[in-house]
Amino acid sequence: MQTKYLIIGNSAGGIGAAEAIRQVDKESALTIVSEEPYPAYSRPLISKYLAGERTFEEILFRPVNFYEQNNITLLPGKKVTHLELDAQTAWSEDGTQIAWDKLLLAVGGNPIFPKIKGSDKRGVFTFTNLDDAKAVDRFLGSARKAVVIGGGLIGISVTEALVKRGFDVVVVEMKHRILNTILDQRASLMAEEVLKQAGVEIVAGHTVVEINGRETAEGVTLDNGETMTCDLVLVAIGVSPRSELALDTKLEVNRGIVVDRHLATNHPDVYACGDVVEAYDFVYEDNRLIPIWPNAYIGGRIAGFNMAGIPTKYPGGTAMNSLNYFGIDIVSAGMPTAPNNDDYEVMSKQETSTYQKVILKDNFIAGMISVGNIEKSGIIFGLMRDKINVESFKQSLLADNFGLAFFPQALWRERLEAPPGLLLQSVPSIQTGEKTFVGE
Amino acid sequence: MKRVYVKEEACIGCGLCQVYCQLEHSQSKDLIKAFKKETPRPLPRVHVERNVEVSFPIQCRHCTEPWCVYSCLTGAMHKESISDEVVVDMEKCIGCWTCIVACPCGALSRDLDSKTVIKCDLCPGREIPACVINCPNEALVLSADEKRE
Repeated sequence: MQTKYLIIGNSAGGIGAAEAIRQVDKESALTIVSEEPYPAYSRPLISKYLAGERTFEEILFRPVNFYEQNNITLLPGKKVTHLELDAQTAWSEDGTQIAWDKLLLAVGGNPIFPKIKGSDKRGVFTFTNLDDAKAVDRFLGSARKAVVIGGGLIGISVTEALVKRGFDVVVVEMKHRILNTILDQRASLMAEEVLKQAGVEIVAGHTVVEINGRETAEGVTLDNGETMTCDLVLVAIGVSPRSELALDTKLEVNRGIVVDRHLATNHPDVYACGDVVEAYDFVYEDNRLIPIWPNAYIGGRIAGFNMAGIPTKYPGGTAMNSLNYFGIDIVSAGMPTAPNNDDYEVMSKQETSTYQKVILKDNFIAGMISVGNIEKSGIIFGLMRDKINVESFKQSLLADNFGLAFFPQALWRERLEAPPGLLLQSVPSIQTGEKTFVGE
Repeated sequence: MKRVYVKEEACIGCGLCQVYCQLEHSQSKDLIKAFKKETPRPLPRVHVERNVEVSFPIQCRHCTEPWCVYSCLTGAMHKESISDEVVVDMEKCIGCWTCIVACPCGALSRDLDSKTVIKCDLCPGREIPACVINCPNEALVLSADEKRE
């Protein structure tokens, strides 16, 4: 078959690109091929599915008629195994050949599965897609105790789902505290506290070296020799870019597929976005892996515009997470902890159940954490994203009544004006030069 | 696209827009009941910011390129194709608050009872939103930009 646009991957990045393409090109053939047999669903919601709070229909990312309405051909349950870039062709496992003009690799990440003795036993799962959640759900039966390896976002989300299902859960985290890549010490401890109150046991500073049992997991052995029993093991260490497809091509791959500020790879007709790429991080001012949903969608959107012939520059993304497990609301963005040098200024404020922190570098916000009261976090994150010098009002950033009214007048006026639609404005003047996506 | 603008020189920060927004989004539509008796308590979708003599209300800007929509994990936050309004589907929203972090205006807030985000909906069923009609200084105006196409 032949298509103008081929998108491999049917999650946030793929949908973001498809929606952008359809905004400017309603006619040309647009095909999404997905290894999974489902219409797009929200990956972060698989924990709600496992917890029994949401059905599959309730975690769909778009309405059921989305593909039809947008004139998109969805090829579900098809795994692309090979790319021939010079011939602009992709092949799937079942022998389907797809010729494309513009290609987007939005293939996501693979769960990281460390070498642990006994990890091939029944009752050992990863937790990144719906089939994982279904497999865990089917296995639960009379199981009562779980060990979750990894105290990051995925680990804590599956922990919450299992607690809601009545499980006893032990979280084993290799580093000294949970959520250590996105929170600082204090926020981690606050999160740990609520987990413990919910009955979760946290074993930090240790790893699982062996999964015990005959054919089915019956327990684990830690690196200090200690053993504990369990009925199932969840491996939630994180994800690594699924860059396999790019490996036998000339596409540049570092830790992830390397893309420029247009989400273009080193091949002029091939783009990539989401968990599979190293894209620009505006805090670190470098390309990094940032496997989070919003960045995948926004990256997809940028890629889609560029694929459809509207030059659009990615303002960059950064780590940005909103957590609300076990009834505590936590937001973090950018750097969770300031590097240990004089270039950084840290301001923080803690009360009984709330905590706010802002990290500044040369009066620009480089990181933020809010626990409890998170409603102003968007204003702070907006300042970070738009690279606004906050020197004149930084003393009020953590004030209880902080808001746009503390900005310099020109800045709050700009915020209250609705941001112009840069893309839509740019359409008549494509030839005149490049437009930047909102936010830059 | 319709949205509410403020003439900040006329805003004295009285907060009546917030009061009438809360009333509009109540079950009873009765001031005393809405503020003192109703459960769950109705919540305003506009809030007034004040800093010494500067004050203005903030409600959703219904951005043309809405970060909240692009950041939504569930697909609940979306842009209506005809009205161009940014709308949240309460059935889909799980209250993850990612949109709150994404919004540079701080125009979204949490409904902790229903665990869904709440925002300005431009008062469905009313031609002019309650905040605009009830501003004693006529500091708020509803303006319909020409749709940019």
